[in-house]
Amino acid sequence: MKSITKQKPFDEIKQQLDNFGRVFIMGCGTCATMTKTGGREEVLEMKKRLEELDKLVTGWAVIPTACDEMTEVALREMDDSIRNVHGLLVMACALGVHRVSLYAGKPVIPALDTLFIGMEESPGHFYEVCAQCGHCVLGETAGICPLTTCHKGLLNGPCGGTNNGKCEVDKEKDCAWTLIYQRLKDQGRLDLMRKYHHPKNYQVVPRPKMTKLA
Amino acid sequence: MTSNFKQRLESGKFVVTSEISPPKGTNIEKILHHIDLLIGKVDALNVTDHQSSVMRFPSLGGCLAIKERGGEPILQMTCRDRNRIALQAELLLASSRGISNVLCLTGDAVVVGDHKEAKGVFDLDSLQLLSTIRQMESGKDLGGNDLDGKIAFCAGAIVTPEAKPIEPQLIKFEKKVEAGAEFFQTQAIYDLDNFAKFMQYARQFAVKILAGIVLLSSAKMAKYMTDNVPGIFVPQYLIDELASSPKGGALNKGIEIAGRMIATLKKEALCDGVHIMAIGREEVVPNILEAAELSSKAPAPQSQGDPSS
Repeated sequence: MKSITKQKPFDEIKQQLDNFGRVFIMGCGTCATMTKTGGREEVLEMKKRLEELDKLVTGWAVIPTACDEMTEVALREMDDSIRNVHGLLVMACALGVHRVSLYAGKPVIPALDTLFIGMEESPGHFYEVCAQCGHCVLGETAGICPLTTCHKGLLNGPCGGTNNGKCEVDKEKDCAWTLIYQRLKDQGRLDLMRKYHHPKNYQVVPRPKMTKLA
Repeated sequence: MTSNFKQRLESGKFVVTSEISPPKGTNIEKILHHIDLLIGKVDALNVTDHQSSVMRFPSLGGCLAIKERGGEPILQMTCRDRNRIALQAELLLASSRGISNVLCLTGDAVVVGDHKEAKGVFDLDSLQLLSTIRQMESGKDLGGNDLDGKIAFCAGAIVTPEAKPIEPQLIKFEKKVEAGAEFFQTQAIYDLDNFAKFMQYARQFAVKILAGIVLLSSAKMAKYMTDNVPGIFVPQYLIDELASSPKGGALNKGIEIAGRMIATLKKEALCDGVHIMAIGREEVVPNILEAAELSSKAPAPQSQGDPSS
């Protein structure tokens, strides 16, 4: 499971850093490194671009896993470079941005947009497979989530927009329900496709979502 | 309270429906004209619901206009723009105003329309909307609460006989029947042999099937639909027929083709009726009916005659 990110347009980053003369850049050694959005190379490229804007980059770091609690320790160790900055530019997913914001005591600007929590199915190809809805139906849909994989999140079969196994919104995208149909058919379980799924409970865990171990 | 349309469906006579598309804006003169033109010539009129995800005057507004002018509306409802609360509320309003036919649709994706960044709702799907209607008729809303006042709808859905692969569509069709669909308006059909096969299958269910007839206005349009619209297949001989029509005569050829298909469907009793979609050329629907030899016996608006028997 990876948090899939994409770098924001540079103009947006530039605008958000408008009043920040001194900046610290922080990348992440886990997901953002894998997606080439916040690894060492990208952080150094960002440093170069900010310096071209006459900003003082007081330091940079690629934290092993920006979203975990060790980030607090890392920030403390780098305090000399951070103490006098106007803000931190974080090249991690929103979880990392959130974590850094807890401890930095300074304005934190995200350099990335977090797109989805996904899997790398083949090198460089990331897919969203779970929308974390709170009530799993994979047992009845041959392991393919219709809520996530179908553009409309339909629970009761394909819409009229399906076309030769592809989706009406994008001919490159597979129709989730054709995939589910084929896999259920191969497994001899097509009867599951005939089951009526009631309207979904969208409030299994009302937002903001949280839970506590018993 | 049984809707006139439902009585008509149950009469066993060949049923003809058509549809109108509300405007973008408050100028409804054109649809009022189409309504006046078609009342009395067809058994009921659908009003599209933000067709192709394009924001327009609402379906319910068009249905109210049809009621006011003495016609029989079919309220198209998609699940794209309203959650279950809003959908149920709209059904209450429709019912209170004598609108008693509903066509339940999933709805096109938001991204194909003209508000591409809008949130697609899809809180319910077309099946769940059908079930919701049946539950409301039993006196309870989806939350299990009592409803004050009766509602009753003749509820329908759509099916795509040309879908590939077809089996997932047929499974969904059967689920729609189980969920309470009484009638189906099909996606456009052109290959009558293929449609006959579909009807052979569909006949085992106690529902009425109205074949979708989309007017072909040119060879280019026919080819475009075949290449780009999911579930639509126009056979090459029809494209050739349109292409060979004299310059400026493609529309008339399209009317002739639509009329010919309807006449065949009726003569061979292939299905229970037709749903004519003229897509922006609603004014020629009477010509299609004439070409199908359905309108010679059609009554003038306001009379009590029988349009198609």
